[in-house]
Amino acid sequence: MTATHLLSVADLGADGIEEVLRVSDSFVEVSERAMPKVPALRGKTVVSLFFEESTRTRLSFEAAAKRLSADTMNFSVSTSSVSKGESLRDTVQTIDAMGVDALIVRHSSAGVPWQVASWVDCSVVNAGDGWHEHPTQALLDCFTIQKELGSVAGLRIAVVGDIKHSRVARSNVLAFTMLGAEVTLVAPPTLLPPSLDGWPVAVSTDLDAVLPKADVVYLLRIQAERQSEALLPSLREYTARYGLTRDRARMLSDDALVMHPGPMNRGVEIAADVADLPRSTVTRQVANGVAVRMAVLFLLLGATPK
Amino acid sequence: MTDLLIRGGTVVDATGSRRADVLVQGRVVAAVGADLDVPRGTRVLDAGGCVVAPGLVDLHAHLRQPGREEAETIETGARAAALGGYTAVVAMPNTEPAIDCASVVREILDLGATSVCDVRVAGAITKGRRGEELAAMAEMADLGVRLFTDDGSGVQDGRLMRRALEYASALGVTLAQHCEDECLAGGGHMHEGEWSSRLGVPGVPAEAEELMVLRDLALARLTAPLGSRVHFLHLSTAGSVAAVRAAKASGLAVTAEAAPHHFTLTDASVAGYDSVFKVNPPLRSPADVAAVKAGLADGTLDAIATDHAPHAPEDKERPFDHAPPGMLGLETALALALGELDLPIERILALLSWQPARIAGLEGTHGGPIAEGRPANLCVIDPSAVWVVDPDALASRSRNTPYAGRKLTGRTRHTVLRGEPVVVDGEAQR
Repeated sequence: MTATHLLSVADLGADGIEEVLRVSDSFVEVSERAMPKVPALRGKTVVSLFFEESTRTRLSFEAAAKRLSADTMNFSVSTSSVSKGESLRDTVQTIDAMGVDALIVRHSSAGVPWQVASWVDCSVVNAGDGWHEHPTQALLDCFTIQKELGSVAGLRIAVVGDIKHSRVARSNVLAFTMLGAEVTLVAPPTLLPPSLDGWPVAVSTDLDAVLPKADVVYLLRIQAERQSEALLPSLREYTARYGLTRDRARMLSDDALVMHPGPMNRGVEIAADVADLPRSTVTRQVANGVAVRMAVLFLLLGATPK
Repeated sequence: MTDLLIRGGTVVDATGSRRADVLVQGRVVAAVGADLDVPRGTRVLDAGGCVVAPGLVDLHAHLRQPGREEAETIETGARAAALGGYTAVVAMPNTEPAIDCASVVREILDLGATSVCDVRVAGAITKGRRGEELAAMAEMADLGVRLFTDDGSGVQDGRLMRRALEYASALGVTLAQHCEDECLAGGGHMHEGEWSSRLGVPGVPAEAEELMVLRDLALARLTAPLGSRVHFLHLSTAGSVAAVRAAKASGLAVTAEAAPHHFTLTDASVAGYDSVFKVNPPLRSPADVAAVKAGLADGTLDAIATDHAPHAPEDKERPFDHAPPGMLGLETALALALGELDLPIERILALLSWQPARIAGLEGTHGGPIAEGRPANLCVIDPSAVWVVDPDALASRSRNTPYAGRKLTGRTRHTVLRGEPVVVDGEAQR
């Protein structure tokens, strides 16, 4: 990885993704040590700048940075000058001026990490921007699939649910297809992006037809507000057609994985007992997430002297 | 006032083109002819290699005063207009407060009285531009307002729009619509399509514009017997152009305009999330750009209007979906039209000068023809001047041009307003 930022999966390319996965592999072992810490980023400062609530991603980055011995700082919007009307630019330039090495940025607006990167000297990692991208989630998902099934190439991956509003889906479609998987999007038409021109994917509205052939079923979180936006009549109806119920899970082949980025709505997109099956990788994805984020921070910050 | 001789240019107006000098005495054109003598005390403006045209007329400029003076004022907007070759601009009413009554109209006219461009006013159709009750259109018309619009948004209620057209028909004024069905637009921030889908930005479908174009064509037809007049602002989609083309072919007398950014830029520009490319209606697809160009070429679209929309840098630096829409236009429109439209200069000037002058009801003072006794509102254009757009060099108080760094061909050399040389050799004189 020669870039100074990680903004989009597309910037990495297949080679870049594979490099991250290789380095992640070596960091899995670190996390399993009694003393899970290496001095790779000692003296570096990593700041999480989350303008949108997130517990798991923020903690995962924090754990990754700490295991690499970086100093970590947390910027919380609710207690900061942002609530006093400070602009985004002033906020990030103020933090950058303190001499930090990386900003981990989460924002509810698509594109904010690009704006931030244009204003600061330090590295910027996109930890999720609006509906757009969430590159480290895609990397940890690829890493999980590779660990569980050997390789992403040639697999049939069904991504099911609210594709339209999902940054996870956008990054994963890019990553999965760059690594050679065949991706099928399964969703009611109201939850698909208005145009799929240029997306190397198949589309289906029939989950039952897709499941028996899938090597991986990747479920996306359904949010209750989609009901009030007239995108769905009810969550119950969504579950009936697109939920991975216990009966549907039986249609999967023996080795097929069930994945979910969390947080799950048990009983909506995934039945509670399906979420707890051995084939469900949800907690393994979280564990892998720390190793992958260690790899990303190491590749961005480790090789370059301050 | 010193008399002027504009010497050595080619005069182009609605009557045709000829090599001629133009003598300006006081506020009017005194003579047009080849090799005119230079009376003693007359200032000579060189127009060698240049086109001498009626001053340009912009139907659509947001001058931001009153209310948003940090983005633009009447004075700075008028200076930008003069540098762009304009001798008249119509100031849009989405100010704070909105231009919806005689007192605000008077304020703008007073502020514009000493500016370097003739500042005219568009009044709001509804009170506060809220789309609920009719604004005092007759009271504003009495002050010379000839265009009414709620621009920034369209009148959503079809019944109210019908009543507005009926009422306005007695005043001999034109209602100009910003066509956007807000339900269908659904709070989008860019054109809905391939790019919005990829970028994860909520989109505005072309149909949100087209639906209101079709509705207002129906209302124009309904109220035509009363003599209603409808003008369509900043049309941006192939469907809108096709709808207006069909309506005109059927004999309906409506007019329409397009903005330079809608024939020069596409939604792919948004890829870097720079909100300088955020505008409403949004930048559309390449097919829409081609349709707008075709509409300008075949007469479906009657005017090029800038939709000059200054915004302060701190507002444009907000996240893309929170940044206000709009881009500068007054200082780049002429060069973009000359460079991007494959049309003879006579046609381009028709779209920038005399056709919009008629729509704005300004044909008595602006838009030519350049002839003895006519008001001396003129611009001198060097069609081969090459320049690079430098945001910091613009006269507008704001910097939000989407053309920063772009090399353009064609530039205003001199602008003459009521006989006064307000721009000479590309420099504003005051």
